[in-house]
Amino acid sequence: MAAEQRKSREIVEAGLARRRRREKLFRATGLVATAVGVIFLGVFFATLIVQGSSAFVQTFIELDVEMSEDFLAPDGELDLQYADFDGLVRNALRAEFPDVSGRSERRELYRLVSVGAGYQLREMLQADPSLVGSTVTVSVPAASTVDMLVKGNIDATIDESLRPISDAQVAWVESLQESGRLATRFNRALFTNGDSREPELAGIKGALMGSFYMLVVTVALAFPIGVAAAIYLEEFAPKSRWSDLIEVNINNLAAVPSIVFGLLGLAVFINWMALPRSAPLVGGLVLSLLTLPVIIIASRAAIQSVPPSIREAALGLGASRMQVVFHHVLPLALPGMLTGTIIGMSRALGESAPLLMIGMVAFIVDVPGGFTDPATALPVQVYLWADSPERAFAERTSAAIIVLLGFLLIMNLAAVIIRKRMERKW
Amino acid sequence: MQNMTLILLLAAMAAVAFYMGRRRSLALVGGPAQGSRLHSLPGYYGYFTLIWCLLPALGIFLLWVMIEPKVIVALIVESLPDASSTMSAGELNLLVNNIQNLAAGDAISGDMDAVMRDAADRYNEYVAASRKMLATLTLGIAGVGGAIALRRIRPEFRARNRVEQIVLYLLIAASSIAILTTLGIVLSVLFEAIRFFREVPLTEFLFGLNWSPQMAIRADQVGSSGSFGAVPLFAGTLLITTIAMVVAVPVGLMTAIYLAEYSSGRVRAIAKPLLEILAGIPTVVYGFFAALTVAPWVRTAGESVGLEVASESALAAGLVMGIMIIPLVSSLSDDAIHAVPSAMRDGALGLGSTRSETMVRVILPAALPGIVGGILLAVSRAIGETMIVVMAAGLAANLTANPFEAVTTVTVQIVTLLVGDQEFDSAKTLAAFALGLMLFVVTLCLNVIGLTFVRKYREQYE
Repeated sequence: MAAEQRKSREIVEAGLARRRRREKLFRATGLVATAVGVIFLGVFFATLIVQGSSAFVQTFIELDVEMSEDFLAPDGELDLQYADFDGLVRNALRAEFPDVSGRSERRELYRLVSVGAGYQLREMLQADPSLVGSTVTVSVPAASTVDMLVKGNIDATIDESLRPISDAQVAWVESLQESGRLATRFNRALFTNGDSREPELAGIKGALMGSFYMLVVTVALAFPIGVAAAIYLEEFAPKSRWSDLIEVNINNLAAVPSIVFGLLGLAVFINWMALPRSAPLVGGLVLSLLTLPVIIIASRAAIQSVPPSIREAALGLGASRMQVVFHHVLPLALPGMLTGTIIGMSRALGESAPLLMIGMVAFIVDVPGGFTDPATALPVQVYLWADSPERAFAERTSAAIIVLLGFLLIMNLAAVIIRKRMERKW
Repeated sequence: MQNMTLILLLAAMAAVAFYMGRRRSLALVGGPAQGSRLHSLPGYYGYFTLIWCLLPALGIFLLWVMIEPKVIVALIVESLPDASSTMSAGELNLLVNNIQNLAAGDAISGDMDAVMRDAADRYNEYVAASRKMLATLTLGIAGVGGAIALRRIRPEFRARNRVEQIVLYLLIAASSIAILTTLGIVLSVLFEAIRFFREVPLTEFLFGLNWSPQMAIRADQVGSSGSFGAVPLFAGTLLITTIAMVVAVPVGLMTAIYLAEYSSGRVRAIAKPLLEILAGIPTVVYGFFAALTVAPWVRTAGESVGLEVASESALAAGLVMGIMIIPLVSSLSDDAIHAVPSAMRDGALGLGSTRSETMVRVILPAALPGIVGGILLAVSRAIGETMIVVMAAGLAANLTANPFEAVTTVTVQIVTLLVGDQEFDSAKTLAAFALGLMLFVVTLCLNVIGLTFVRKYREQYE
């Protein structure tokens, strides 16, 4: 007996070192696994910020533009629609660099400045027609190649044929820098312009407005319908096959790939109901179907957390079941429902696959002004810009992502705050 | 927007209806002091009037807005002298489009003649007339409805019961929208898929090895008939999903184990929200990261060891997709691990096993159904994921198991087939719906099995 005990003790002790090693290894693996996710997140945000932060500033070139009356209105009458504002910019550039001669060299010179410069002058004259005849100092956006050079994204030391900017242009940019006529300032165009083929003029306002209109439609539909469905399923539905079916259905819908909702939107809203393509209205409809399950599930959880004693007290005082729900249960469950809705909305804001199906990927310059105007959404804008070959668009894509993540962060913070502030513990 | 004014007017009428209903009920019994003589609280009489005023009018309004465009187009087509008889559906469509653009004052394609200008004028006339009729009709119905409701108010009238009944119906309608959505998905995808299978046999679609969905514009074009063998797409989807799961399952599972068993409270308090952030990042952002950062990195890494790597390799897309799915796997595994009764864990530890032995030999086997269910849900998520593969995977349908080559997936093809202008009855666009049907059926099966596993298992220990 004693010998046997000693034997099993020996067996255990012999294996102990190996088992402890395994334990340590297992623990280390777990730590590494946890670190993988966290490190990825760190790398991810670091790349985004490194790539995207420079898009929030932009290079401007200061030019002395002579708004000569003879040039703008050769026939004596100024027509803002047809006057040659690009010519004014060219004149100013020639005045800045008087020793540039030859057509091709001049053309290279003109390419330092964005094509948006002419529009900017037109807008200035529209606002203040008295400027005609005077010489004004304006700062106009530089072309995206110049912008990239100034920000150091283009290496000027490599061979000329390998970069989108020529040696002569580099020299002009340097002389502009020396004379202090080149400045980098906050990039307002990013937030006030719609999309554009020119990176230096492209902005996210159109996409932001499109996303905004879509979310308005989504909230207006998904919140009331989701809450109503949750109320019915929790408080009124008899335990039957039908309510079981609805329940299974909702859980499944929450896991259906979002692109399938896009197919539904294309077939039902666009082909069958003939609603306009690319419209925030249709996008909002699709997104509300997509977020409905999320809101229903969250609202049901919120209703379940209201203690039965509240219902019983109200029923005991003579309230009808409908009054119990609307006067007592709903107000108490509302914070939880709002939290669920905000989380559903943040999911809707980041969604892009179904929007591709219903034509919201079009190149749209105008900022949408209503629910049926053609529009895109912020994540779709990211997708469109990510596809563009210009180096300057990569920077803007990162900036658009930062803005998108900023909105998502605000929404999730709001959800957390609502939960912390308003939710009652029973 | 004229419809907006109409809706605002309706809302104003509804408010008035509520007020009048409430006042009339009180007036019938002789003032607020006598309110207890009413069957219901005065407000319920107000709500009753409001519902009668609003619901029928809104119903008519929606119906009208839905059928108005179709009716007007039909009227215009009918009035065109020779159009409806001689033109094909496509030409007619273009003509109607042009007339609509002309009516809206936009530029049109093609020449414009007197007939079209005439038609455009008539179009505008019809729209204006329709707007007028709609406004009178809805406002009239709202007024009549409200008036009828007002006349029915009596002190003994059971207003509360009526109102509550209607509210109950509205609640039921709201909850059946979930069913309608599923039904809509099934029907819309199924109908188009059936039309597709009339042109392309089901066996070719399911077992064909060649996918090139270009349809001929001219009859004598090279490669004029598209081929729709979807096996390369299924293989590509499977490849990328496998890579994603190879990343996500071990990492997600070990993360869940570490956070549940080993980590201090502080580490857990930091790591868990960080992983939740990972779950909240939009997939388009992952796609951007996969295409612009991970793919070049994979390429250089592969080339430095002498491998030939495509710039849109399956590996890059799969890796990033795996990272995206880590939070899903870890949170579902976490639930499963926590659902195992602590008596089992304590028993194993009490018998002298180490923590890892407890985990591997006792807790994981007990939690296995829940974990498997979670993994199935993750697989379904990976199969249906769109943006990452659209941005980082290839377009060409290669039948390969080499993760360094570019493959395409079902979702990528759905997007490429449907983005841009397309005719809606060509086999090319219908193919997207057939792929959508496959996607829906497969993910639905995975979801149903996964959800049943997760739920059954949870009940088992409760």
